[in-house]
Amino acid sequence: MAETQTAGAEVRSADPEQFKLRLRRYDPESGEAPYWDEHTIELEPHRSVLEAILQARDRFDGSIGIRCSCRQAICGSCGVRVNGEPALACHTHLDAALEGARDGVIEIEPMGNMPVLKDLIVDMDAVHWKKIQRVTPWLIAKQPVPEREYIVPRESMIDVTQTMACIQCGACVSDCLAMEVDPGFIGPAALAKSYRFVGDPRDDQHEERLLDLSEDPEGIFDCTHCFKCVEACPKDVNPMGQIMRLRRIATNDFHIVDKNNGERHEAAFTGLIKDNGLLWEAELLPRSYGGNSWFGKFAPPAGKELLSSLPAILKGLIRGKVSPMKALKPHRIPKNDLKQVQSIYDKVESREKRYELNLYIVGEDEQVLESPSATSDPVAVGVTAEPGGKEPDADPGAEPTDTPAEQRSTTEGEGK
Amino acid sequence: MPAHDVLIIGAGLAGQRAALAAAQDGASVAIMSKVHPVRSHSVAAAGGINAAISVDDDWHSHAYDTVKGSDFLGDQDAIEVMCSEAPGEVMHLEHMGVTFHRNEKGEMDLRAFGGASMKRTAYVADITGQALLHVLYEQLMKHHETVERFEEWFTTSLIQDEQGRCCGVIAREVRSGRLEAFTAKNVILACGGAGQVYKPTTNGLIVTGDGIAMAYRAGAPLMDMEMVQYHPTCLVETGILITEGARGEGAHLLNANGERFMEKSAPNKMELASRDVVSRAEQIEINEGRGVGPDGRGIYLDVTVVPRKRTLEALREIVNLGKDFAGVDITREPIMIRPGQHYIMGGVKTDNDGRTPIEGLYAAGEVACVSVHGGNRLGANSLLDTLIFGRRAGEDAAARAAAIPMPEVDTHAQLRRDAATIDEIVARPREGRRVSEIKNELGETMNQYAAVFRDEQGLQTARETIARLKEEAGKAWIDDRGTVFNQDVLGAIELGYMIDCAEATVVAALERKESRGAQFRTDFPERNDEEWLKHIDITMNGDGPEVSYSPVTITQWQPEERKY
Repeated sequence: MAETQTAGAEVRSADPEQFKLRLRRYDPESGEAPYWDEHTIELEPHRSVLEAILQARDRFDGSIGIRCSCRQAICGSCGVRVNGEPALACHTHLDAALEGARDGVIEIEPMGNMPVLKDLIVDMDAVHWKKIQRVTPWLIAKQPVPEREYIVPRESMIDVTQTMACIQCGACVSDCLAMEVDPGFIGPAALAKSYRFVGDPRDDQHEERLLDLSEDPEGIFDCTHCFKCVEACPKDVNPMGQIMRLRRIATNDFHIVDKNNGERHEAAFTGLIKDNGLLWEAELLPRSYGGNSWFGKFAPPAGKELLSSLPAILKGLIRGKVSPMKALKPHRIPKNDLKQVQSIYDKVESREKRYELNLYIVGEDEQVLESPSATSDPVAVGVTAEPGGKEPDADPGAEPTDTPAEQRSTTEGEGK
Repeated sequence: MPAHDVLIIGAGLAGQRAALAAAQDGASVAIMSKVHPVRSHSVAAAGGINAAISVDDDWHSHAYDTVKGSDFLGDQDAIEVMCSEAPGEVMHLEHMGVTFHRNEKGEMDLRAFGGASMKRTAYVADITGQALLHVLYEQLMKHHETVERFEEWFTTSLIQDEQGRCCGVIAREVRSGRLEAFTAKNVILACGGAGQVYKPTTNGLIVTGDGIAMAYRAGAPLMDMEMVQYHPTCLVETGILITEGARGEGAHLLNANGERFMEKSAPNKMELASRDVVSRAEQIEINEGRGVGPDGRGIYLDVTVVPRKRTLEALREIVNLGKDFAGVDITREPIMIRPGQHYIMGGVKTDNDGRTPIEGLYAAGEVACVSVHGGNRLGANSLLDTLIFGRRAGEDAAARAAAIPMPEVDTHAQLRRDAATIDEIVARPREGRRVSEIKNELGETMNQYAAVFRDEQGLQTARETIARLKEEAGKAWIDDRGTVFNQDVLGAIELGYMIDCAEATVVAALERKESRGAQFRTDFPERNDEEWLKHIDITMNGDGPEVSYSPVTITQWQPEERKY
């Protein structure tokens, strides 16, 4: 053990190095446009971007504006963009940030999708908090309130703790692509917050909440699955995953058929892939509106949306991205491949209970993946939410090396 | 001019709890914070909250543990209030929506914590403070019609009428730089401790002793200021906290020889002795050359003895902290830690309802000293302290407000004075020292001389240094000349607050010529109940601190030798 100990200690005995920072500055009182400001600081490579900014502020320019407090990724104040990607400044190592820098200079800007007030400070009230308030963000407790605590399953409390772990930093809001297109989209943070109540057995309004978020055209079906929020989140809250869970509960458990057609669109999407192995784009629209029948293809709303999509379709035709022949027939894949795709459906659909991803329950997904014992069931890897479900860490013999952890920290550094 | 029955400064757990309680009792309430409420430092509390909710437990046992943990300096009437009301408060929080960890039966689970005679700590993984704070903020959003929020407003001073009654505050809107007077029938200070007086510290950059200093300047006595808690497990380099929950779950402390050295000082409780005892034991190992790491500055915390699944489920945050801030996977190898400044037991002296000796002024949470923590706070008692006394202060302030008229004071002169102070700082010539340099020197001085071990000579050095820094701070310059988010000028004001807190701490530590709780004087290594079983109060007299004493309230538990 002594050897591991020294190794661990020596990782952290690096010498200070110089790093160049390029900060996006904006002074609303100057009447001038935003500009870039460069500083060279000296710190050990594993120290954080926040420490670098604070050193620049302490030594060279006290007017650099950034909200910050805890320095340990729990207060959620220092959301910024590092080299164009959303991150907590205190949670991004300088060496990792340098790897993602374009020209050897670490670039730090305010978050996106929110108005900038000064330098790296954005108006979170105007966007983020407004959206949080949209989802009735408090428990509507089941009555009668018990004398002692509510008796609830152990797993459900751990489950909602994943969304409870959201620190409201705004990193996911900053880079939400759907919100960029539709600023009214309730967005990843607020919808994850909503799961915190929908997943809480003490809450009395699961159906009402889900109905509300399904029927809102800017609700759960407005998310476009881009994974940006999953990458952005410094606390592994997995906002998109929570949105998908809201959808699953709304459609599968409460059978909510929303007027935005979200439920049918999703059914059409999964149905087409089950049938063909690949998405058949031309069929997606009519089936989303009319369902899987010949008459359904003539559902008037489908026609309406088809008309509005014509310019895009025409452009695609002109540029040769689609041909009428290809579009009207489904894509084909080899029979064996199709069988494999369909076997995934069979496996997932035959389960009595849905598997759900929750890091608090299953431990760390990336470490599960490397464990040979857990790979016997590829779909279920690290995703059981059931009590007494599959134990990813059950095999102590499968002691993983430390490579995956390192890989992860690299990706994190680049991603954030 | 905004006017409220109850105005609360600070929106951490104590402040938010006070606001909800006062609003529930029908008062008009405003809550003001220099940061957004969920950024408050309560968010960083990890391990849990103590309450005798188990059927085998009894609040008397909790109270006795707390008294013993305080090294018999805690006021026992206050401790009885806190511990007897704890179960009800924790249930109330659960009903509000806190996602407390459950056991297999679906009841609230409890974990072991330092200095406790049984498992008594309710928790939400190791983000208990965050969960509590965010759930209270949910309630503030719910009750937005009855609790007015002033988020990102920085308080510059308390308003007092001619009789000395506190009747409001002057505050600056950070976003616009606008200065405004707020009147109130009662003001509750709930703006936290003063950890930034030390460097390094586990506390956030916002924890700058604002409330303690403002009350002190208004004439309120500060109590137990010499009692500064060093947490036994902070990352060596950055001072970031590793929760006591780790040891609660069974983690070991090891020196360079791989020995569990706690055997020597706490053979029964081992790693789960009270924090002052563990920190001292660690410091002795380090001082005597049995520390680990390149220059022997650290101690190993070995979490690998805890089952890995349990660690990932219940200590997830520190798994991430280890990885992100020390490059160590705590589930596979030990992590290097050392004692680090974490909490101040002292603060503005209050009674059990949060009242300070100044009419109209209350304090609750770390800013206050009731005193329930005495010489040493037990882990997981601070969240409890904030909530119990936050609520009590809110209720008392609301009740008393109903019986008195809104104060009528002319605030113009004070508004002008505070505006002039800010203008003067902004206009200072760039000569002498920067605010940041002085802050650094202050922190390093305190961490050297007013830390785990203290003596007369070191404390005198600290006192002289602080006196010089006070001079320099009065002329320290800043860069930002603007009004929108001028954090620079607020930093200069905070530096003044911190220096006042540091001075009170050093004066009290010099005064207490014995070793008790967190105060260990190498020149007076024994506890001396005959002379020093009393609180030290510090009051501002002119420009300097004046010392007086107040008795310790003893109800059921006579002082005895403290063994773990």
